[in-house]
Amino acid sequence: MTQAPAHPSPAARLANASPSTRHRWLSVGSEGLRYRVGVAVRAMAAIFGGYLLSALSAGVLALVLPGERLEAAVMSTLLAFVVYPCAVMWVFAARTAARAVVGLLLPCAALGAVLLAHFYLGAGA
Amino acid sequence: MKEGFRQSMAWLHTWSGLLVGWVLFLVFCAGTASYFKDEITFWMKPELHQAASEPVTPVLAAERSVAFLQQRGPDAQRWFISLPTAREPMVRMFWNPKPKPLPPGAERPRRGRFENAALDPATGQPAEAARETRGGEFLYRLHYDLHYMPALWARWIVGFCAMFMLVAIVSGIVTHKRIFKDFFTFRPRKGQRSWLDAHNATAVLALPYHLMITYTGIVTLMFMYMPWGPQVAYKGDEKTFNAEVFPSGGNRNAKAAGTPAPLVAVGPLMARAQAHWGEGSRVGRLEVMHPNDANAVVTISRQSGQDLSSIQPSMTFNGVTGELIATAGDTAGAAVETRGVLYGLHLAHFSSGLLRALFFLSGLAGCVMVATGLLLWGVKERQKFAKALKQGGRVSFGLRLVDGLNVAAIAGLPIAFATYFWANRLLPVGIAGRPQEEITCFFAAWGVAAVAGLAWPARRMWQIQLWLGAALFALVPLVNALTGPGNLGMAISRGLWSVAGFDLVCVGLGLALAAAAWWVGKRKPSPARPRAAAVTPGGSQMEAAR
Repeated sequence: MTQAPAHPSPAARLANASPSTRHRWLSVGSEGLRYRVGVAVRAMAAIFGGYLLSALSAGVLALVLPGERLEAAVMSTLLAFVVYPCAVMWVFAARTAARAVVGLLLPCAALGAVLLAHFYLGAGA
Repeated sequence: MKEGFRQSMAWLHTWSGLLVGWVLFLVFCAGTASYFKDEITFWMKPELHQAASEPVTPVLAAERSVAFLQQRGPDAQRWFISLPTAREPMVRMFWNPKPKPLPPGAERPRRGRFENAALDPATGQPAEAARETRGGEFLYRLHYDLHYMPALWARWIVGFCAMFMLVAIVSGIVTHKRIFKDFFTFRPRKGQRSWLDAHNATAVLALPYHLMITYTGIVTLMFMYMPWGPQVAYKGDEKTFNAEVFPSGGNRNAKAAGTPAPLVAVGPLMARAQAHWGEGSRVGRLEVMHPNDANAVVTISRQSGQDLSSIQPSMTFNGVTGELIATAGDTAGAAVETRGVLYGLHLAHFSSGLLRALFFLSGLAGCVMVATGLLLWGVKERQKFAKALKQGGRVSFGLRLVDGLNVAAIAGLPIAFATYFWANRLLPVGIAGRPQEEITCFFAAWGVAAVAGLAWPARRMWQIQLWLGAALFALVPLVNALTGPGNLGMAISRGLWSVAGFDLVCVGLGLALAAAAWWVGKRKPSPARPRAAAVTPGGSQMEAAR
């Protein structure tokens, strides 16, 4: 239980703030701005990137899951909504916002490549 | 996040829960009420309380409905007949009359107009004496279609919020170190700790339910939110996919022949369907396409509630000869059946009265979970302003907004629900657009409560609104006794459990709201919390409270 000094610098205030207070516009200056931009980037990555990843997972799963295509289509969609919250959690658990975005886009690229290969190169097997 | 995994998940839990919490509270409240949608509708039609309909055989009910429809809409394009169930004594019918020839240049409406009627199966007479109301159907629609906006937008909004909810639940589980202990932990009168305990208790106690209801809620509309699996598997052929995943048996778009032909008797067809589905199955719905036409088609679906799945098998017959055209839904694949069961779990049509009551209680726990979560944020945030408040300062705009929205949602919504039930009984019967007027009362009451809450989010406002909601709910049996055919005692003695149950649940909700109001009033303005508890560097807010 450290008692904060009377007039801490913005950076110190930020460092001492608990996670739940971090969102507040408590510090002016580059530290606070960086933090806010980081949260904004993560939020965008989680909502749109997370959707992209789950949509691509649904697409690839629909191709690779065994059974008739109806079964694969339904199961892939059910699983997509498991992928989505996991992706969101990853985005907010990653150490930096940049890592979060890269960690989201790499599997997206891999899954996208599989889909592209299937439709344009694989002759729709 | 720079902190550990658990802390970043606590952050995620806080914000994903807070940002959409007010919409979720509405969805949870209206969805919980929807478990008793039929009973609510029945209560809201007091004219029907006297007419204790004698149960008749499904075949007789179906034959009487067909006879009724032969008079009212013999040239309709389609008839839909929902046979009586244990919870709905009336036969519900709707049909779309043949479109009239259009004046030249007029545009045909995209959807044909449907007419509907309810029939008392015991007499074969329409039960039209009842007042017009949307009843529980309004609350059911409200929980995913909202109101005053296109249904499509509303479903995307609710789906977006549900996804936040799913993230909040999963991250909330991860945040918890001692999930089992929280079952048994409640520390009353400890300020923030008590809020946290109440949040934990309602969340953890019904955790499987919360997880289930959120995920299955998304599943009900998943092909709208996430059409990409089917798109890939069917290479963009949505028509084929829809036909396969929602099998209707027979071609829905078949044209009428234009030559009249007598409609086959439905009784023997129902008997064949029941024999096909096996012992104990009942017919739930009949659909007749192009009745009295040479191309007539009769589709018979099983009544839901015999298994968990929402998908019911159906059989399609030629509407003139009675020849079997197709069967659908008899054998579903694993994934299709899984989706059906998840969907069915959300609707809970399979449940008996006791199980339905447990679902209802879990839903209420969900409402309390969302409400305490929202309040917890305000309580925690307020501590940061303890010093400023002592010196006559103000809280931040964000906290004031959250406080206002909390009053508007948590205290205001019960007022809106109760007002809806009062309006149902107090508005004059027979005025034009009565169903919409009831709904207007719902939103007017909520609007006033919301504006008042946002303008003055103070302890006094909580008290006023909670007491008002408590009084409105607790007096519902009185309103019923004064405006309906009988009072609570008579309903109990006559075994009219849907009416008696409605009254009793309203009294219970009224008492709960009164307890909350009393508790808010009793508590002295909270003393400034020790700062150590308010800000623990590096700790998550969950741990900070311990």
